[in-house]
Amino acid sequence: MSRPTDLVQGTLDLLILTVIALEPMHGWAIAQRIHQISGEVLQVGQSALYPSLHKLEQNGWISSEWAVSDNNRRAKYYTLTRAGRKALAQEAAQWERLAAAISLVVRAV
Amino acid sequence: MRFANIVRLRLRSLFSRTAVEQELDEELQYHLEREMEAHAAAGLSPEQARGKALASIAGYEQRKEECRDMRGLNLLDNLVQDIHFAIRQLRKNPGFTSTAIFMLALGMCAAVAIFAFVDAALLKPLPYRDSTRLVGVYETVPMFPRSNLSYHDYLDWKKLNTVFSSLDVYQRRGYLLRTAAGLQAARGARISDGFFRTLGVSPVVGRDFYAGEDLPSAAHTVMLSYGAWQKRYGGKNDVVGQTVELDGVSATIIGVLPSDFHFPLAEPAEFWTTMHATGDCDLRRSCHSLYGVARLKDGVSIDAALSNVQAIAKQLERQYPESNRNQGATLTMLSDVIVGDIRPILLVLLGGAGLLLLIAGVNIASLLLVRCESRRREIAVRSALGAGRVRLVRQFVTEGFVLVAAGSALGLTAAYWTIQALLKLIPADILARMTFLNGLGLNLRVMLFAAAISALALGLYAITPTLRLSLAEMREGLAEGSRGSAGVFWRRLGTKLVVVELATAVVLLVGAGLLGKSLYHLLRVNLGMQPERLATMSVAAPKSGYDKDEQAIVLARSVLSRLSTLPGVQSAGIASQLPVTSNGNTTWFRVVGRPHNGGHEEAPERQVSPTYFPTAGARLIRGRYFTESEDKSRPPVGIINQAMAARHFPNEDPVGKRIYYISHAQEPIEIVGLIENIKEGPLDTDIPPVLYIPFNRSPDRFFSVIVRTSQDEQSLLPTLTAAVRELDPDIVTTTATMRDRIDDSPSAYLHRSSAWLVGGFAALALLLSIVGLYGVVAYSVSQRTREIGVRMAMGAQPGSVYGLILKEAGWLTVLGLVFGLGCAIVAATLMKGLLFGVRSWDLATLAAVAVVLGLASLMASFIPARRAASVNPVEALRSE
Repeated sequence: MSRPTDLVQGTLDLLILTVIALEPMHGWAIAQRIHQISGEVLQVGQSALYPSLHKLEQNGWISSEWAVSDNNRRAKYYTLTRAGRKALAQEAAQWERLAAAISLVVRAV
Repeated sequence: MRFANIVRLRLRSLFSRTAVEQELDEELQYHLEREMEAHAAAGLSPEQARGKALASIAGYEQRKEECRDMRGLNLLDNLVQDIHFAIRQLRKNPGFTSTAIFMLALGMCAAVAIFAFVDAALLKPLPYRDSTRLVGVYETVPMFPRSNLSYHDYLDWKKLNTVFSSLDVYQRRGYLLRTAAGLQAARGARISDGFFRTLGVSPVVGRDFYAGEDLPSAAHTVMLSYGAWQKRYGGKNDVVGQTVELDGVSATIIGVLPSDFHFPLAEPAEFWTTMHATGDCDLRRSCHSLYGVARLKDGVSIDAALSNVQAIAKQLERQYPESNRNQGATLTMLSDVIVGDIRPILLVLLGGAGLLLLIAGVNIASLLLVRCESRRREIAVRSALGAGRVRLVRQFVTEGFVLVAAGSALGLTAAYWTIQALLKLIPADILARMTFLNGLGLNLRVMLFAAAISALALGLYAITPTLRLSLAEMREGLAEGSRGSAGVFWRRLGTKLVVVELATAVVLLVGAGLLGKSLYHLLRVNLGMQPERLATMSVAAPKSGYDKDEQAIVLARSVLSRLSTLPGVQSAGIASQLPVTSNGNTTWFRVVGRPHNGGHEEAPERQVSPTYFPTAGARLIRGRYFTESEDKSRPPVGIINQAMAARHFPNEDPVGKRIYYISHAQEPIEIVGLIENIKEGPLDTDIPPVLYIPFNRSPDRFFSVIVRTSQDEQSLLPTLTAAVRELDPDIVTTTATMRDRIDDSPSAYLHRSSAWLVGGFAALALLLSIVGLYGVVAYSVSQRTREIGVRMAMGAQPGSVYGLILKEAGWLTVLGLVFGLGCAIVAATLMKGLLFGVRSWDLATLAAVAVVLGLASLMASFIPARRAASVNPVEALRSE
């Protein structure tokens, strides 16, 4: 189980935004996708996932709607909004800079 | 777009809570199920899958709570929690809570109730189109700065002016209305045809008067007020075309005025008829009976218009020197004409209410300061336990909010009832004229005013403790016995506040004292007659049967003889107009054999019966009363008052001297008597020279009767009405005691209401400020208990402890008095116009206020002083 403290602050938001930039997804699928893409390194528990989703929605970066899911049940699908797309670009750039900086430091020592 | 979306979401969280909660539940449930499926697919048994899924979702409720947090749902919950906590805190302290609520409610009630009147009278625009372009049009004479126009002058002004888009006239008057139940008195006005067009008012039913409908050749037509339409015609639409008999003339109803129309200068008016200038007065240029109202042309200022009408008046003066000598012109904004009289009083009352609100506010502030003192430790503990400054301030704001909400609700309710009560206190016939007070109540503007007070109060409730509790002091609060510095801080601020309170109370007390003294002088002003045990009745007889002079004389005689035989009646007399009404109905005269200085000598003229003066109790200084036989067949005679004697016959005996009307120079009037000044006009005006002539020389079918009785005059009134009705049921009468007429006269009413209201404010202010002083002194004593204990242990006598405490209170009182008296003199100078017979620096009033406040504050400080003197030194030292 990964509490948000395991991740750098704000990273989970970036992951969520990145994943649903491809297509609208519900919460469980988002967690699965992150798990997959990260080569099964990152496991996002719902304890961090759902508060994040609700916060992003309140921020207006993602929007939600109910739709029938792959197993024929009602699920809440999250979509990236235009504001979310802009935020994603910024967050991603920010992340690149931060990651590069950290690796510079780590290698230097 | 994004912003709108966010707002929508926030609103949804706020108002569709159940839906949001359900979705949250469903979403998490879905996750749980997928989790279980995944585990099952991995080969776990259903139970194991379920157990593992549940474990992964540990703290299901916590997750929900976190999601709620993210959605901002908890803000609301915290607020509710804060409010609950605030209410609990406030209930623990019922004394503080009820006092704080009551103070605010009191201040709010006074301010809102008075503001409602100010709003109705001064802020609400008049119900006419573009009412700021309307002016009242008057001639001026030395005696009356705003005097009537004569009909011919009106026509000339209308023709010659270049500044009005229209000029019209009105004359308020009474009618005898023929109804199914016989003749009735009805009020109305006679107007020129364009009157309503000038005001910009159109009838709701029927049509307006057309141009030329006010000429003698036109048929008689009448417009109904909305009230008359409802009351007399049941609001039926077929009223147009019906005829109505007014003063024996049959007139056709052509229309009905809107329900919100009123014209206070002619109210209460039911019937609006047109001029039909045929009467004796209308045809004489020297007879002034009309008031003008005009609409200024676009772009014309009132000053430009004034110089234009003044030039016209000058021109007419040259053209018609006989009638127009000294006739100037003046214009006044119509709103000033209507509410000019009551504006200063309302402003004074608003000022008084404002001061009361100030005292209430100061009291609240010092209450809060004391409360902060006692909560220092609680606050310190809470902040030590981690409550942030923001969280603490939010608590103060919430507490303030609860107090303000309760206080405002109570204050507004009280204001509503106060307004109703104040309206009931206005005498009916004065209220009927103040039609702008119709619909008075808590309208939008008044509510906004109340909201502003609430916001100020909320600021006060929230900011005072916040300022008081700087973070540094919070830490200090935890230390035991660290009250020294805080005590000093509090004493300094509390002291300043109580000086403000005392000074404000002094201002209100002085104001109330001066207004009360004015009222006292006004009601005891020398009337020149004895108003006690005097009944009055005005008589209006119909045109048919009483129009001729002889008929009117016979009527007057039979009324007098009938009334004189009633049990308890000592005597009865007739006058064309009762005392304490107006100085109008004047005549121009000159003294025989005196060189003429060019101007008009003007004096009110009254027709009186021989028995009038003795019945009124007026003192004859010289000469004789009139006799019954002095009518048109005999040489004219007159009685003058002292004012006329002093002006025209100083240091000589006026009896036997002769004067003449300038219109009847060949028929001089011999002065046969000199009477003491009788107050003919309003109580607060000076008595001008007055000429009395015999009723029988100039009789009228409208006159007033006074009846001197040996019993209670109030109980006599119905008998008087019945007696006249016996003579002829068509004669319309109204009765009142002379005392009531005087007490209910507009000047007495205005003085009385302002004196009582400001007096009420002052009494409350005195109470509040004394309570405030008591609070300060008592608090200081409670803080100094230890010091006093030490002093007493060292041998201080109770007397010196008394001295210690009383000296402190005495200083505060003296400071408050000095500041207050200074402000009071300024305030009194500002309201000089409302004072009668008393100066604004009336020493007796100032001294009385000083004594009252001094005694009251002595009493307020004596109680804590006694407590201080009875401190047991051992116990005082042991405590802490």
